[in-house]
Amino acid sequence: MSPTRRHVLSALTGLTLLAALPARAQEFITVASTTSTENSGLFGHILPIFQAETGIEVRVIAQGTGQALETGRRGDADVVFVHARAQEDKFVAAGWGVQRFDVMYNDFVLVGPAEDPAGAGPATTAAEAMANVAAAAAPFASRGDDSGTHVAEMNLWSTAGIRPEGGWYLSTGSGMGATLNTAAQAGAYALTDRGTWLGFNNRGPLQIVFQGDPVLFNPYGIILVNPEKHPHVKAEAGQKFIDWIVSPAGQRAIADFRIGGEQLFFGSAG
Amino acid sequence: MESPFVTAFTLMQRADPALMQIIGLSLRVTLTAVLIACVIGLPLGAALALARFPGRGGVIVLFNALMGLPPVVAGLVIYLALSRSGPLGTFALLFTPAAMIAAQTLLILPIVVSLTRSVVEDLWAEYRDQLLSLGANRLRAVPTLLWDGRVSLLTGVLAGFGRASAEVGAVLIVGGNIAGHTRTMTTAITLETNRGNLGLAVALGIILMALTLSLNAAAWAAGQWARSRLG
Repeated sequence: MSPTRRHVLSALTGLTLLAALPARAQEFITVASTTSTENSGLFGHILPIFQAETGIEVRVIAQGTGQALETGRRGDADVVFVHARAQEDKFVAAGWGVQRFDVMYNDFVLVGPAEDPAGAGPATTAAEAMANVAAAAAPFASRGDDSGTHVAEMNLWSTAGIRPEGGWYLSTGSGMGATLNTAAQAGAYALTDRGTWLGFNNRGPLQIVFQGDPVLFNPYGIILVNPEKHPHVKAEAGQKFIDWIVSPAGQRAIADFRIGGEQLFFGSAG
Repeated sequence: MESPFVTAFTLMQRADPALMQIIGLSLRVTLTAVLIACVIGLPLGAALALARFPGRGGVIVLFNALMGLPPVVAGLVIYLALSRSGPLGTFALLFTPAAMIAAQTLLILPIVVSLTRSVVEDLWAEYRDQLLSLGANRLRAVPTLLWDGRVSLLTGVLAGFGRASAEVGAVLIVGGNIAGHTRTMTTAITLETNRGNLGLAVALGIILMALTLSLNAAAWAAGQWARSRLG
């Protein structure tokens, strides 16, 4: 064997060994959650606190609520942490989840161009604000992805008695951040959770045009994936995470998470 | 907004640990996928070039077409296979670097196979008589032909590396973009874009391109050196 080939071979062997090395031998759980919690930076704040207390690493996959529940249903996560109450209850009722716990809430806000051409701001209810946008045929960027935010948006349209369609209605089929990027470019209205909005740094002409209607309340629930359906689920460690996040320590960690001095999520457990 | 070039430079200079971990994982995943694709694809491509069997044309067309496999489809296939509810679920590989390596291997393999097949076919047409007169049969000719075609093959391998290091669709689905575990350069760029941190996203893109450029430069230099040394 020539020296060159030997070098190449040893380099390849080294590479293979490197690839085969386990990343870490630590205990971990997988949590399927939503883009709103991940993009806002909440997990980056609370997970190190949980890990320091318990030694359990939490691996978060940020998806839309629909996809996160599907990940749980397939047994690819130990815990789901999402925000679409009706879908969560269905998930538990069908036996995929053990029990749902209230964790926290934030709220949805309607953002749009600062000059508010559709006059959504003066509306008295969220549904009316949405109806004004539709009546003006002002561009509206929708998630269109079965996420919790998309479900909340569709509920508002339904309350307003409007079927959103036409050239003004942009269904992006993407996450909250991507949808806000689209809205900022198109000068469109969009429904977003406040957490993502506060953490979002590419607002362009957008600002909050309507907020405060109680129907915009956005509760988050946490559910252990049922070990009876998926025996490999790390039920003990998963339950430990759930117990912690609804405990005073977990609730305090959530309340302490702020962007620019503003609290993003409010604990609702207990 | 600070110039993304300045951000990129500052990040690299600080050797930001999270960034270093992301770069390390990206390289580890993509280079491993390239290696596996070569180990399988080079002999397979050579065999496809030299063997004659019914349906060979179909196999060649299939591999050529698979070069256009969308990363998100490759990701979905691996996702469904590795999911706990899938056939390989017991191995618990979903949302791990191993799953990402599998998905990228699936993306690169057709490129390596098709390019090797084409290169070896041409060389075989050229040297067939010579090799046969030296007493080599088709099987024994494979290593010689691969070695002879190494410069062209290197280009194919680099194309494979480029495809894998640039894609985000597959690694996002099978890796899950988990911080500190399965976050790569491309999924980090997607995340920062979604956070509206466009400057940081572009800075990460610049770093990724600098890495790709360095790797290609190194491969080119190695090729030049090999040519001058080994003829």
